[in-house]
Amino acid sequence: MTGKPKNIGLFVTCLADLFRPTVGFAAVKLLEDAGCRVHVPTQTCCGQPAFNAGARANAQAIARGVIAAFERFDYVVAPSGSCAGMIGKHYPELFQDDPTWSKRARALGIKTFELVSFLTDVLGVRAVDAAFEGKVTYHDSCSGLRELNVKRQPRQLLRQVEGLELVELPSAEECCGFGGTFCVKYADISIDIVERKRKDIVATGAGTLLAGDLGCLMNMAGRLHRAGGDVEVRHVAEVLAGMTDDAPPIGDTGPTRARED
Amino acid sequence: MEFMQARKFKDNAREAMADRNLQSALAQLKGGFIPRRQEAADRLPEFDALRDRARELKDHVLANLDVYLETFEENCRAAGGQVHWCATAEDARAAILGICREAGARTVTKGKSMVAEEIHLNGFLERHGITPVETDLGEYIIQLAEEPPSHIIGPAVHKTKDQVSDLFLAHHRQYGKTVRQTEPGAIINEAREVLRQKYFDADVGITGANFLVAETGSTIIVTNEGNGDLTQTLPRTHIVVTSIEKVVPTLEDASTILRVLARSATGQDFSAYTTLSTGGRRDGDLDGPENFHVVLLDNGRSAMLGTEFQDMLRCIRCGACMNHCPVYHSVGGHSYGAVYVGPMGAVLTPSLEGIDDARHLPSASTFCGRCESVCPMRIPLPKMMRHWRERAYDSGASAAMERWGVDIWAWTARRPWLYEAGARLAVRLLKRLGRGRGRLRRLPLAGGWTRGRDFPVPEGRTFQEQWRARRRAARPAP
Ligand code: SF4
Repeated sequence: MTGKPKNIGLFVTCLADLFRPTVGFAAVKLLEDAGCRVHVPTQTCCGQPAFNAGARANAQAIARGVIAAFERFDYVVAPSGSCAGMIGKHYPELFQDDPTWSKRARALGIKTFELVSFLTDVLGVRAVDAAFEGKVTYHDSCSGLRELNVKRQPRQLLRQVEGLELVELPSAEECCGFGGTFCVKYADISIDIVERKRKDIVATGAGTLLAGDLGCLMNMAGRLHRAGGDVEVRHVAEVLAGMTDDAPPIGDTGPTRARED
Repeated sequence: MEFMQARKFKDNAREAMADRNLQSALAQLKGGFIPRRQEAADRLPEFDALRDRARELKDHVLANLDVYLETFEENCRAAGGQVHWCATAEDARAAILGICREAGARTVTKGKSMVAEEIHLNGFLERHGITPVETDLGEYIIQLAEEPPSHIIGPAVHKTKDQVSDLFLAHHRQYGKTVRQTEPGAIINEAREVLRQKYFDADVGITGANFLVAETGSTIIVTNEGNGDLTQTLPRTHIVVTSIEKVVPTLEDASTILRVLARSATGQDFSAYTTLSTGGRRDGDLDGPENFHVVLLDNGRSAMLGTEFQDMLRCIRCGACMNHCPVYHSVGGHSYGAVYVGPMGAVLTPSLEGIDDARHLPSASTFCGRCESVCPMRIPLPKMMRHWRERAYDSGASAAMERWGVDIWAWTARRPWLYEAGARLAVRLLKRLGRGRGRLRRLPLAGGWTRGRDFPVPEGRTFQEQWRARRRAARPAP
């Protein structure tokens, strides 16, 4: 790439920060490989749980913190369509009655992207330096798909991964039943929905399930494991960054080169 | 009839998910409606542009609702019809009873009408000695089963074919039908034969309306069975039960919306029957009712104008939102404990019945957004469900524990140092509980999750912890 390196504020997402740092490091690698300079300001969560619980004032307070922490970067990138959608689409809505913050929210919103679509659509990445042996299938997480039009981008890059065979998941556009706090508030329904998803995943015959949102991945992995299958589950960034040796699949253990303490 | 209650949504849902007949009916619905709508949309390149036009048109109507309704009334009167303005369900029932009494009615035939369901008309008529006979096959089935509708265009979609066969066998003996029919064609024919005589016996026919056309004073109804035509032409009196947001300025406007309606609902290019009613029978007409009444219900709708829920009044009751809803696919329509179900019901029911009793409905959504993506009128359903959640949170209708939880969590999320301390603690705790395993089968306080799913143990330290450690290591020592 030519020109000045772009300064990226990485929005790690609270789930990756806590459960699966490898996703964050994979994002860093992909962005750095594409010539970006990655920054990680101190952060917590995008506030979506409060927003969706109807706690608007709480969500606004959290959003102000995120805006203040991230507005100095050229772009904000998150390895999640859900959090990127929250910042990009819902922050402006959250402040629609507040001219000052609305302006700042909109300014941040237009430079906020989901990781994979940022790589392909903004940085023009066409190839990745990664290999992965086996058949994988891909689930389109709802927010990425419907709020940000993330659909072709991950497939485009996955096809560049050496050895990887992509089989389409028939119900790829159907919700997995995660839904943030929905998954515990309406646990029975959530489990019923994810069980349908599990059957569809298993029917593809793929050995690995990928998606771009950790919430959905944890939900699907949890159900797949409980039912006793052997499908492995990973965030798409781990595969694209060639970092599948850095951590075992979600919910699994195994030899890692990971940064354990 | 009291069936399931909205406030018991969770229990209703559990029951519904354990009902194998219902689950097989829902799987069929999902496998049919979704691809058919997609194919219909793909066949019409201007489909999305039409949706935009339909939305603009309805927004314009809602901004001028009084004008169009008055024009409708004027033109309906001029054509010999009568319009009854009804603020509440009670008013509407009273108006209908008045008309039926005037006609000396003992039996009324009914076409499918969601507004009639909304005002619980059947039970009311029965209590007043008038027998309502449903003529739409789906409505007829649920009338026999004494159940409310479970879907706005397919009231009996929750029934399997086998269940219908049994139901008919049990109820049609009195008409000398003693063979259990199992072929769909034969089942439909049997219903037709039983209903045929009832059309002639009826003194009043009641139908709904999909549109009210202001410029002509006509009502329009679309069906696939043609039963609506017999219901409204044979009896001497025809009552259209409908609601105020159904008005459109012109016939052409109605046809714009009709083009997206059938495609979104059933995947047809157009419904099989589109019936216009303009006043009663005129001199020289071969058939038609002598009296034509339009019962125009408000029931909380005008109160939605100018609020964050106004967009909901664009709804044309196509059912696409529920056909594509993962929650509806799991729990079916009855679980909602309301006349309007699925995503549209989750927004509408709290408006009609109050958020206290209906608070689960807008809450029980994953916000996957598929409803909005298929809604022909581009109604932002998740956004409006979220507005209901805001009202529930602000008014204290949502559970206190839940509000507390959100408040404490949000308070922490605004204090990164505290949040991070909490995150580190959580990681270590989960690691310890995991004892070297990658996942937990049980987790205190997360029983909802682990009832059907394993819970992943965090990798190690938080990302931010590791990131900062790396930065420090990379920096040359001072
Ligand atoms: S909300 Fe939209 S999709 Fe649902 S019934 Fe109404 S018009 Fe159809």
